[in-house]
Amino acid sequence: MTRHVVASVDGFPDKGIRRIEVAGREICLIRVGDEFFALLDRCPHAGARLSGGRLSGTVESDGPGDYRLCRKAEMLKCPWHGWEYDVRTGQSWSDPKSTRTRAYAVEAVAGGELVKGPYVADIVPVEVEDEYVVVDLPEPAARRADASTKE
Amino acid sequence: MPSRRPLRIDADFHLPQAEVGDLLPFLDEYWQMQVVDRELPSMPFRLTSYPANAPLTRNPDFEGLDVPAALDRFGTGIAIASMLHGVVALHNPDMRAALLSAVNDYVAAAWLDAEPRLRGSIYVSGEDPAASVAEIERLSGDRRFVQVLMLAMQEIHHGNRHYWPIYEACQKHGLTLAIHAGGLYRIPPSVSGWPSYQFEDYVMQSMAFENILTGFLGEGVFQKFPDLRVVFLESGFAWLPTTIWRNDKTWRGVRQEVPWLDRKPSEIMAGRVFLSLQPVDPPGAEELRQILKHIGSTDMLLYSTDYPHRQFTGGEPLPTGLPEEALPGILAGNALKAYPRLAADPAVRQAAEAMEETT
Repeated sequence: MTRHVVASVDGFPDKGIRRIEVAGREICLIRVGDEFFALLDRCPHAGARLSGGRLSGTVESDGPGDYRLCRKAEMLKCPWHGWEYDVRTGQSWSDPKSTRTRAYAVEAVAGGELVKGPYVADIVPVEVEDEYVVVDLPEPAARRADASTKE
Repeated sequence: MPSRRPLRIDADFHLPQAEVGDLLPFLDEYWQMQVVDRELPSMPFRLTSYPANAPLTRNPDFEGLDVPAALDRFGTGIAIASMLHGVVALHNPDMRAALLSAVNDYVAAAWLDAEPRLRGSIYVSGEDPAASVAEIERLSGDRRFVQVLMLAMQEIHHGNRHYWPIYEACQKHGLTLAIHAGGLYRIPPSVSGWPSYQFEDYVMQSMAFENILTGFLGEGVFQKFPDLRVVFLESGFAWLPTTIWRNDKTWRGVRQEVPWLDRKPSEIMAGRVFLSLQPVDPPGAEELRQILKHIGSTDMLLYSTDYPHRQFTGGEPLPTGLPEEALPGILAGNALKAYPRLAADPAVRQAAEAMEETT
């Protein structure tokens, strides 16, 4: 794994989405409040650039005419077919009832308990160090020798 | 008494239309006067779906068979009967309500009292839900009525909240909501305008049901009324795969707009929507098998003869190509799920148990 500084915190707006090339990889970097998330910038459904999508939430309902917006700006909607990916996990969702569980138990929920969509976008570890956003990328095999000589 | 043949519940069986004069004993004095003074008995009040001499109207295999003989012919244990009467298309809401009540009372007196194999439909108009709810309440105590029947083509889409009081009354009384092919003939049978020929009109009936199913799903009728069962009569069913796929596919992308659809439309409709077997559109056994494979189940199919209309030739309404193991469900078992009142009917339960003993 190699750590790459990809952005400065100051220059990245809240709810911003950016496409960033790092070490030959295309990353979709997202800011929601003080948190940053990164996904490989390729929709696992049909290959669209997820960075061209927009952030949305989930909508819960107790019946016709009832609407509640939840998990605001935590779902990334693919620009091509509208598949929605949880920015925290990369999991696609086709069953909004499942997200009710998730909203309070992001870290603790076991995958098998949920009715999930068929696709998972690749998530990339991302953290904030001082004033910089840092992603942790495994090195592609073909580039490893090249990259190591540069470091 | 049940024969040794498996129980057959016929979901779509038509009673001959009563003349307006036959309805007079079931009207109050005011409406009797109106009907007589306005010479309404000379009006046919017939729906135009089945012109008397059209090939679809008369099945030669039913020729000369009256209602009891037609029931005998196919070993029908129970037939869910309807009288599709043209009074439903009247504009005057009070006259329409009075004549619809008279039709329902006539059916009970002339048919349900006389033939124990028949069950009835509370025939209502969608135009005036308050009047329809009153009619459902008036007749709900007669357990021989097992469904509320509306026509497929109305001025407002069936999923619309306009009709919800009717659906609520159905749910409250364990009455199934049946939608039968046909319309009021003052709105086009096609969503894209008026056709010129009866051929077009009849073909388009199944397309109306595709619209109705999508509307019921999208508008949330199945979520709002969790115990409501819906039966499509004379709808065809071979269109189901593409309609279901299109519903499921579209829902995935736009479900934020209709968040009450908390799972795929195909899952929501399972066990809630039933369709009569006839007319069978696939031309042969192999095509039928393919369609059933695409649908993924036969649980929504209800045996029907569509007496006296011509939907099949020969002595057997069951087409070839139905899987053997699905027949008990199609012939009777699915109907017990579609009609809560049939499932609770001691005579039907007895016949169904006799069926299980012989199979």
